[in-house]
Amino acid sequence: MFYRESGDFKKTYQKDNQTFPIKFDRWRYYFVMLVAFIVVPMFLTDYMANAVMTPFLVWAIAALGLNILVGYTGQLSLGTGGFMAVGAYATYKLMTAFPGMDMVSVVLLSGLITAVVGALFGLPSLRIKGFYLAVATLAAQFFLVWLLNKVPWFYNYSASGQISAPQREMFGVIITGPHATPVAGYLFCLVFAVGLAWVARNLTRGRLGRSWMAIRDMDIAAEIIGVNPLAAKLSAFAVSSFFVGIAGSLFFSVYLGAAEVTEAFGISVSFAVLFMVIIGGLGSIFGSFIGAAFMVLMPVLLKNILVGGMGWPTDLAAHFEFIIVGGLILIFLIVEPHGLAQMARVLKEKLRLWPFPH
Amino acid sequence: MSADFLYIIEVILNGLMAGVMYSLVALGFVLIFKASGIFNYAQGVMALFAALTLVGIQTGQIPFSHLINAIFGTNMHHFGWQVPTIIAILLTVGVMVLFAIIVERYILHHLVNQEPIILFMATIGLAYFMEGFGDIMWGSDIKTLDVGLPSGGSLWLEEYTLGWAAEGENYYGMYLDKLDMVASLVAIVLVVSLTIFSQYTKTGRALRAVADDHQAALSVGISLRTIWVIVWSIAGFVALVAGIMWGAKSGVQFSLSLIALKALPVLMLGGFTSIPGAIIGGLIIGVGEKLFEYSIGPLIGGATENWFAYVLALMFLVFRPQGLFGEKIIERV
Repeated sequence: MFYRESGDFKKTYQKDNQTFPIKFDRWRYYFVMLVAFIVVPMFLTDYMANAVMTPFLVWAIAALGLNILVGYTGQLSLGTGGFMAVGAYATYKLMTAFPGMDMVSVVLLSGLITAVVGALFGLPSLRIKGFYLAVATLAAQFFLVWLLNKVPWFYNYSASGQISAPQREMFGVIITGPHATPVAGYLFCLVFAVGLAWVARNLTRGRLGRSWMAIRDMDIAAEIIGVNPLAAKLSAFAVSSFFVGIAGSLFFSVYLGAAEVTEAFGISVSFAVLFMVIIGGLGSIFGSFIGAAFMVLMPVLLKNILVGGMGWPTDLAAHFEFIIVGGLILIFLIVEPHGLAQMARVLKEKLRLWPFPH
Repeated sequence: MSADFLYIIEVILNGLMAGVMYSLVALGFVLIFKASGIFNYAQGVMALFAALTLVGIQTGQIPFSHLINAIFGTNMHHFGWQVPTIIAILLTVGVMVLFAIIVERYILHHLVNQEPIILFMATIGLAYFMEGFGDIMWGSDIKTLDVGLPSGGSLWLEEYTLGWAAEGENYYGMYLDKLDMVASLVAIVLVVSLTIFSQYTKTGRALRAVADDHQAALSVGISLRTIWVIVWSIAGFVALVAGIMWGAKSGVQFSLSLIALKALPVLMLGGFTSIPGAIIGGLIIGVGEKLFEYSIGPLIGGATENWFAYVLALMFLVFRPQGLFGEKIIERV
């Protein structure tokens, strides 16, 4: 029934190598794109866009970036919050220094700046491995946040130490600043999320992605078969930071509008993104999205149920949120350590055989 | 002696004692990492939970009172009795042992043979869970912990050192916190007794065997599950000690769980697998941090203590990737 492969003959190498070789998968993908770009914006309320859809897309981009580093290259990083902060502050500086620059270039440039910073902090990874590296990346987290907080140039000497996004338009539609409509912000983030997912998918299928995976599986063996560990690890850090920087840039300019570095990009952000990657599935593009969806939706749902539905005091509900998030993470890891993406894979295998499993 | 020189000595001494406080937390990490290869992020939250439980038992708080009040509309807070400190500590140790058994039974047991990153994430999940659980059980307000430890500066030392500075200089004597001194003593006792325990008792030898090789330990009849319960109980006890020291210093509150983050660079520097490494790493970090803040901090805006430890450990690791006392990492294809 589903995922039918028979009768689907590939006559060119290109067709054989496409991302979704099964017809059903391809159509499902087109359908999701259609829904995301046309149906959702038509019915999107401001609350849904602000509380669910835009943060989901932003976190999905961050999770994609971290997944490249942790899932594909095997370099555990806890510096995501710091790199997101670099992306956000780069965006702020670019927006205020060059008011005429269009937003797409601003976001991409912020990503590039973050990529340079990320590659710099990736240098120790050539010597340090495993958990030692994870703790070493915490140095990036704390140092970057401290730096952005202490040097007034980064926040244009504003008295509050906050940065806030000025108003910018694209094609006559306001996308940043206080007057932006949530739907415009959603679409802007969606374009980036889809584009970056496409880039990530094709990078990981190609030569670069394979060298990353070789390093992940065993770096010494990879070196022996001719993978350059310096190039592979630094490129992974750079590409990952590029994604994370873009996520930080969108997080600040489109979603938050105004941010203070210690609050918005603290250590909890790093952990949250790592959760998304692990719950979604290490080394899976789809997993990054589904992990982000899970981590964004669950608190919103819990808050609505506990505070809105049962009328509990908010502090009690907040404590319960901790318990439930922690408990769910534990249950997920015990039931399926390879994440939601693995569950989807199992489901797909079952569906292929579905009504006759034997 | 000039006042500046004396002041630097004071900074170093204070740094040493701060380092001891970090080491207390790092010790718990090392114990668990050695015995089960798990990088236990929940160690800081365990310290918070232990301290919360101790205060709760001591002051006779009703567990889950906030929750019960919210559901049934009652207004209860305390049983109205005070439990003597020593009994409260013993009861808290009991709670931590129970916690160890639950963790082993319901979490670790199901995660045998998983990759280290999965186990690490599980402990982060555990940390979240316990944070919420501790708050619901005992309330999230800031509590003062009073177990009869001395506090404040040592007047005796201040007066004794007052005469050391040269005549006519502006010097008021050294300021050392009495609590820090007690903590140092406790840490020394703790390390010595842990070392004796692991070197000279049967259980200690079993612990080291498990740390060396899980499968070999299993094959000579050591029960992995019992060992894990013991290790987590000891780590829970170390967490309680750390919780008492930190709680008495700065109150029992949420930020107590963040001391885990302070212990991480200590671990890196000392090596994840070495108990003396945790102590010496703590001392180096403590002194380095205080000296840096004292000498260079004012030039670059202060508050360098947030990151200096990490950068110091990072520099160090570039030259010695396994930390000072960690086992040398040998990689083969």
